[in-house]
Formats: sequence, structure tokens, C-alpha cells
Amino acid sequence: MAISAAVSAPPPTGARALLLRLRNGDEVARLITLAFASIILAVTVGLVYQLWSTCALPRHKFGFGFLTSSEWNPVTGQFGAWPFIYGTVVTSVIALIVAVPLGLGAAIFLAELAPPRISSAFTFFIELLAAVPSVIYGLLAMFTLVPIMREYVEPFLQKTLGFLPIFQGTISGYGYLTAGVILAIMTLPFIISISREALLEVPTEQREAALALGATRWESTWQAVVPYARLGIFGSVFLGLARALGETMAVTMVIGNDHKVHESLFALGYTIAAIIANEFSEATADMHVQSLIFLGLVLFLLTIVINALARLLIIATTRRGSS
Amino acid sequence: MTLRNRWRKTLSYVMLSLTGVCAVIAVATLFLILGYLVYNGWRSIDWNFFTQLSKPAGEAGGGMLNAIVGSLQIILLAVAIGLPVGFMAGVYLSEFGGQTFAFLVRYMADLLNGVPSIVIGIFAYAVVVVPMHGNSALAGGVALSLILIPITARSTEQFMTSVPQTLREGALALGASKWKTIATVVVPAAHRGIATGMILGVARIAGETAPLLFTSGSSDNMNGLHQPTASLPVMIYLRAMSADPEWHRQAWAAGMVLLLLVLFANIAARLILSRGIAVQK
Repeated sequence: MAISAAVSAPPPTGARALLLRLRNGDEVARLITLAFASIILAVTVGLVYQLWSTCALPRHKFGFGFLTSSEWNPVTGQFGAWPFIYGTVVTSVIALIVAVPLGLGAAIFLAELAPPRISSAFTFFIELLAAVPSVIYGLLAMFTLVPIMREYVEPFLQKTLGFLPIFQGTISGYGYLTAGVILAIMTLPFIISISREALLEVPTEQREAALALGATRWESTWQAVVPYARLGIFGSVFLGLARALGETMAVTMVIGNDHKVHESLFALGYTIAAIIANEFSEATADMHVQSLIFLGLVLFLLTIVINALARLLIIATTRRGSS
Repeated sequence: MTLRNRWRKTLSYVMLSLTGVCAVIAVATLFLILGYLVYNGWRSIDWNFFTQLSKPAGEAGGGMLNAIVGSLQIILLAVAIGLPVGFMAGVYLSEFGGQTFAFLVRYMADLLNGVPSIVIGIFAYAVVVVPMHGNSALAGGVALSLILIPITARSTEQFMTSVPQTLREGALALGASKWKTIATVVVPAAHRGIATGMILGVARIAGETAPLLFTSGSSDNMNGLHQPTASLPVMIYLRAMSADPEWHRQAWAAGMVLLLLVLFANIAARLILSRGIAVQK
């Protein structure tokens, strides 16, 4: 750099400089790739703008009341998002309650215990699980999970924990609980593969130090290794959560489509993504269509916040791990 | 050995075994899914599935030729739009990106990547379906390309930045210009990784259903690009949600075909990558 700067003449200025730079292929290549990169920017900004501007009707009519109202009635033109937000959050929380212990356990096994060959084979299969399309999870859930929940799991829960209001009411096999379980199966691969990577980043000294102090293998794992990787593990949970919140097809197929808030987990419900999938193409009234788009905006904001949190946590751990 | 130590050892043994059980459950899920789907799909699939058009409700028989062709149309459209844009943007991010603008693009790509696919569907509906006054394969292709672009851009960037700086310096020292270095040294060095990323991206969009529901819609015929078009994932959804056992049979057959295609693409992509990456970090 220093040499070329010394021998070259003072750089030309103005329009001539631009022409010279354009004669150089590098500048052209830069501008072309820049144009394509700008498409990503334009699409994302356009998406947010489009969502925001096409839900003006319900935004002005209902304001923040849209989020808390439970009335969803296309006939009277009353729209409120609460039952769908509730359903989305409840199904996602059920998913995490099932998937986090299972996923963390599997990740610990794959990172700490399994021989490398078994670990990489299992990881390969688990990553394939992440590639299964969601409509296929839905298909399987409708014909296998729903009967299993109806015949075995839900009656069992009602018999043993039936004193809790969340396990009361009629059993159909469809509803919040089934949707939560299928979401758990779908988020499991993400939690396992990212937690496993976070655990693998933990320095060996951390384990050796705990073992040298007389800790058992489990104590070293649980008290020295897992806390060290906790940010990455939280990151994987948030990533799973973001996926569960936005998941559409599998949930739509088993949630049962009911526009009300129910206390019981056995009850039929709805999620934001599911109501958009079901009603968007049939909605004719402007207010109805725009309320669905408003729901889409709410879902969008919810997932970007969760995604951003996940990414920050994952970046924080990989930085520390490599330093 | 004291009682407490025996307890600690037992606890360690039990908990570590439990983690193994968790891992086995996770992997067993894949084989259960695959096994049950292939079992049901194999019983349901026949020659008509590949050669006949779908029939309206109430009529017996029919296949999914229109959905297979429709899926191909939509995916090819998405590939034609999404791969070039994603690839070029990835090249920009890796080779030309400055500080602020590249950061912004990267951030937006990640954001777009995290957007629920149903929301992408709403966007494609607003920008393509509304102006065209109806569902079309084109709208479905645009919706899927919006999912493909950020995936391709980020994976291309990732594999190109892992090409060692010394390779670039070698080419530049021989007098090659920057774009020539990129085209003849960096991209070839990273081509396996880039191809893997692209195949994984296409496999991902091949199974997407939510963004197609109200963009490409569905139809019992094979139509042009500007008309409603059936696709395998949407067909699985519609058939599964019906009350007709014959239609359920078709859903299983379509599910098996779709799953095998997606898994095959995934395994192929991983094989390409593991056959030796040209570039070691």
C-alpha cells in the first residue's frame, strides 16, 4: 500500500475520477454485488412497511385495545387478538417445558459422554429431523399424536393431576396440549444441536478442575460445564422459542380452531399463525383482512425480539469460548 | 465408602444414563416419523399418483401430477430469483462489504431469516397477488425466493470468508484484479460449501407450506405461471384436513414423496461437504 501510494500521481477528482474507477472492473463488480445486497435491505424494509401500512384500519379503530380484546367476530366487525396471543404463548411454553430438559439431556450426552463416532452419527440424524417439513409433522400429528393424546396421555393427566384447572374439561385429542407437544418435537433438534455446540466450546480445564477436586462425572458436568455454557444454552432455547411462535402448519392441523381463551390445556384453541393460515384467503371485509395482517405484524415483532435475544446470547458465548 | 459418596456416585450414574435416554428418544423420533410415513405412504402410493391429475371432492381416484409439476414450477421460479440474488449478496458481504452497510445488510438478512414463513406469505400476497388479482405460481415462487435469499446469502458469505487470506494475496500478487481473484480463486475454493448451502436452502423451501396457502393456492389442473397452481405441501395439508379416507391415503403418499425428496437433498448436501472441503479453516 505504502509503495503504490508513493509512486502514483495525485488522484484525479470529480467526474473523471468516477470514470476511471468505473473502467476498473473491481468497481463495477463492487457496484453489482452491492445492488444485489441492497435487494435484501429493500425487501426487509418493504416487508415491515407493507405490514404496517396495510393494517391501518384496525390500528386506528382498536389501537392497543386490539392486543387485549378477546372478541373476534367478522360479522359484527369486532376484532381482538388476545385469544390468539394467548394460544401462541401457551403452546410455545408447553413446547419449551417438554423440549428443554429433553434437549439439554441429549446435548449433554452428545457433547460429554458419547464416543465421537456415535455423537456425530446422532447429531447427523437430529439435524435431519430439523429438515422435516412442518406439514409432515402436522400430518403425523393428526393421525398418530392426536389418538395417543386422546386415549392415553390426557386421560392419565386428568386422573393424576385433574385437581388442577389446566387438566380439567373434555378430552378430544386436539387442542393446546397436543399443539405444544408437536412444537416440542419440532424445536428439539434446534435446542440439541446448538446446546451441544455451546457445551463443546467449554475448555477441558473446566472439567479437569472439577474432577481433580473430587467431583463425580455428573457433578463436574452439571456444576462446572453446564453453567459455563449457559448463555449458549439459553440462546438455543430462545431460538427454539422463536421457531415455535411462528410455526404454522403443524399447529393449524391440531389446535382445533376455537376463537376463545380456555383455561384447560385440553381445550381447543387458536394461535396467531394458525388463524392467519385459516382465515386469510377467505376474509373479504377490509377490516377482517387488515386485522389478520395486524396479527401478522404482532407475530413478526414477537419473533424478531426473541430472535435478537437468541443471537446475542449465542454470539456472547462463542466469543468467550474462542478467546 | 461413606453413604454420602455412594449416593453421589449413584446420582452421577443415574443422571448420565438419563442423558443417554434423552438422546435415544430424540433420534428414535426421526426413525418413528420416517418409518410410519414410509409404511403408510408405501401402502397408499400407486402409479396414478404420478400420472393423473387430482380430482375434485367426491370423485374417486386421481393422482397428484398437477401438484408435482406445480411444486417444480414454483421451486424453479424461487431458485431462479433467490439463488443469484443470495449468491451475489453473499459475495458482497464477504468480499466488498465495508463496515456499516455490510453490517446493516447482514442484520437485515438475519432478520428476514427469522420472519415466520406465514408472514412472508402475507407480504407476497400484498405485492404480487393483489396487483395480479389472483393466486399464481409466480406469487408462490416470489414468496419462497424471499425465504431462499437470506439463507443463500449468509451461507455463501460464511464459506467465502473461510477461504484463507493467503490464497487471495497470492492471486493479487500475480497481478489479478480483485474481481478476477474472486471469480477464479475464492469462489472455486469455496464452491462445495456454497453448493451445500444452496441445496439446503432449496430443500428447506421445498417443504414450505404456509407461504403458499394464499399465494399459489391450489388447482386441479396444470396451469401457466400466472394462474393458481397446486403444490405438494399445500396438497398434503388440504387432503389431510378433509374427512375422506381416500384423500387421507393420498396425503400419506404425497407426504412420503416430499419427505424422501427433502431428506435425500439434505443427505446429498452433507455428503458434498464431507467429501472434503477444499478449504480448511
